[in-house]
Amino acid sequence: MKPMLRGLALGAAVTFALAAPVAAKTLVYCSEGSPEGFNPSLYTSGTTFDATSRQIYNRLVEFERGTTKIVPALAESWEVSDDGLVYTFHLRKGVKFHTTKGFTPTRDFNADDVLYSFNRQLQKDHPYYNVSGGAYEYFNGMDMPNLLKSVTKTDDYTVLFTLNVPEAPMISNLGMDFASILSAEYADRMLTAGNTEKVDLDPVGTGPFQLVAYQKDAFIRYQAHPDYWAGKAAIDKLVFAITPDPAVRYAKLKAGECQVMTYPNPADLDAMAKDPDITLLRQEGLNVGYLAFNTEKKPFDDKRVRQAINYAIDKQAIIDAIYLGAGKAAKNPIPPTIWSYNDDVKDYPYDPEKAKALLAEAGLAGGFETDIWAMPVQRPYNPNARRMAEMMQADLAKVGIKVKIVTFEWGEYLKRSKAGEHEMILLGWTGDNGDPDNFLYVLLGCAAATGTNRARWCYKPFDDLLVQAKQSSDVAKRTALYKKAQLIFKEEAPWFTIAHSVVFKPVRKEVVDFLIDPFGGMMFYGVDLKE
Amino acid sequence: MLQFLLRRVSLVIPTFFGVTLLTFALIRLIPGDPIELLAGERSLTPERHAEMKARLGLDKPMLVQYGIYIVDVFQGDLGKSIVTREPVLSEFSTLFPATIELSICALILALAVGLPAGILAAVRRGSVFDHSVMGLSLTGYSMPIFWWGLLLILLFSVDLGWTPVSGRISALFWIEPVTGFMLIDTLLADEPGAFTSAVRHLILPSIVLGTIPLAVIARMTRSSMLEVLGEDYVRTARAKGVSPLQVVAVHALRNALIPVITVIGLQVGVLLSGAILTETIFAWPGIGKWLIESIARRDYPSVQGGVLLVATVVITVNLIVDLLYGFINPRIRHAR
Repeated sequence: MKPMLRGLALGAAVTFALAAPVAAKTLVYCSEGSPEGFNPSLYTSGTTFDATSRQIYNRLVEFERGTTKIVPALAESWEVSDDGLVYTFHLRKGVKFHTTKGFTPTRDFNADDVLYSFNRQLQKDHPYYNVSGGAYEYFNGMDMPNLLKSVTKTDDYTVLFTLNVPEAPMISNLGMDFASILSAEYADRMLTAGNTEKVDLDPVGTGPFQLVAYQKDAFIRYQAHPDYWAGKAAIDKLVFAITPDPAVRYAKLKAGECQVMTYPNPADLDAMAKDPDITLLRQEGLNVGYLAFNTEKKPFDDKRVRQAINYAIDKQAIIDAIYLGAGKAAKNPIPPTIWSYNDDVKDYPYDPEKAKALLAEAGLAGGFETDIWAMPVQRPYNPNARRMAEMMQADLAKVGIKVKIVTFEWGEYLKRSKAGEHEMILLGWTGDNGDPDNFLYVLLGCAAATGTNRARWCYKPFDDLLVQAKQSSDVAKRTALYKKAQLIFKEEAPWFTIAHSVVFKPVRKEVVDFLIDPFGGMMFYGVDLKE
Repeated sequence: MLQFLLRRVSLVIPTFFGVTLLTFALIRLIPGDPIELLAGERSLTPERHAEMKARLGLDKPMLVQYGIYIVDVFQGDLGKSIVTREPVLSEFSTLFPATIELSICALILALAVGLPAGILAAVRRGSVFDHSVMGLSLTGYSMPIFWWGLLLILLFSVDLGWTPVSGRISALFWIEPVTGFMLIDTLLADEPGAFTSAVRHLILPSIVLGTIPLAVIARMTRSSMLEVLGEDYVRTARAKGVSPLQVVAVHALRNALIPVITVIGLQVGVLLSGAILTETIFAWPGIGKWLIESIARRDYPSVQGGVLLVATVVITVNLIVDLLYGFINPRIRHAR
């Protein structure tokens, strides 16, 4: 036993000696889980996007790192026709795709790649439409099949997107992960070889990193794309060490086994902030947590009742107890980081007397019975819905409203609430593209009243403003319309707005230029390591 | 012998059917819709939802779905994961070696410590050693795995820096999986230091996973040993002047081991279920974590296939154990 131990110790010493002079800069990121696959248009989870679109692929336009501002990427410039129906993109020249084990590109990126990437999701008769069980949840979720009439090219470096109706958020949509550009040449070759699913498993993109190896639940390994169009990344190798438990991720970060980690435990934040080896980055998330009233059901069809509940719940107490300092009280349905946020909106103060008066006015002086649905899972915008519902229950009891708390398994919860079975429901939203439309129209518009609009609230004066804003590409005009819409929203009170949660990313001190992404993603291009 | 073998194997077939039926029914009985879960807050239109459902074959009556599933299973097809769209069998076979490697190391640890501890405790019955072994094994047996794992990580990896926190190998080594067993692959890869790194990564998870089997084996060995040591033939051997070491090692141990082997066989099930938690703590890419995730996502084919395969392993190991002590002890072989 003893010689063996000595051998082990010796081996360990040799390891350290040999590991020291590693020349390549390797950044290790402790991620939370395995990606579902390597084609971002097939999936919706941030975990998958971090591993794919944000490292391997580019889009025509992208969000400037650390902001929600759209900047040129694979498209150098673009124009929108006066009627807002035709978008013309001028593509960047000399962009190289990755050379991988299974594929060596023979040409640069061009219009065919754009056509392939979109038509695969749009045209039901496209040879790739059904490959890998293509559900294209995001493409559908953003209503692209109805918006897009066609995607065509006029020459190898000019692409036209023709719309059925004007849609101002279109440009922002094209910056989203599902709009990543894949290689048409690779796809053609795999189609001929009869191995179409390979396109989605062994990715080829134009992005700053290329995939080298993936071992499910263990590692994802990338190396810098040597010919990246915007210049080679500062780090040579990038490793995702998949570590599902947040306490273990933190331990790895402390031990120096990774340099960046995601989703810290709220309880560890204090210790992280004090740790001299760690920088704790924070940013207000692009999200909102809310309590929606089912306006189709009595008594929530009465504005006074909805207002009364807004007065009756002590918001600050919830922020303090549930978000533990990682939340900011919400008064609007959109977070303050999104343009057109209306800071002039006055939130309902906590005033149980006023609430009682309003209930009496609505003929409910004796109170009433109802339910609050609380989701069974932790979400970025709501760390503990169950506990939150209990606090609301206690507050509402004080004004005579008797609340029963209801919960279901997550999938069931989403399904039943979409069908409108609830009376009051806790839910939330994380933004996709930084456009106000992505919150207001999706969550409160009439078209969504049988789906994502959980208040099932369809109010003509409000909806008209949103539709007008959708059809104009003039940002100043859109801003004015959205600001007005937020005033109406507050007055009509289809929701009790709760909070925008704060996102934290702990990184080690040797990491340079890591910027927190407002969409919650991880971007490693532009990041460097100090010696 | 052949008859004994056939009898045991014939019992396995209904067990397999039971397992397929149970997992198939249970995963569908708990509420939740895999398609809804994939879409999250975003939700799909009802048409799109129906289209997906049809594509996955979830629109057919339950009995028909089960029939299709069973026919496929007999053809060796366990279906494709709803989430990753990869064949269940290939996902399982990439992950399973990690679980086996960890389980074997944990079992070796449990045997290497548990057997001698149990024997010594029996021989020195009532001594301080005996009491400490019994006390510690009771503690080990009732230790919550999650807490125990985190405790070891904080002490040995973060404070002392002796062992790595988690994973199977340092992120600096890029080892190509050949066999899927990291210890073998690192030797094949011929990268200096990789093997040691793999060994160091195995230490803590093996301790955590091995703790409960170790405790069970130590206690079982002790009580079985005590029983045998009280038998007449042992007293006779002693009276004949056989050395105490020989009495214990040759005469007593062989008979005492029979119940211990049964327990070891049963520990395979314990190891595989303990692996679920251990793997989650140590970010160990095995089937435990994969199964948990598949259940949470209502990934029906993965759950069904995974449980069936795990059940196969447990049943097979127990069958081998049965045959093994039939072999050691002829009385069992000939009984009825």
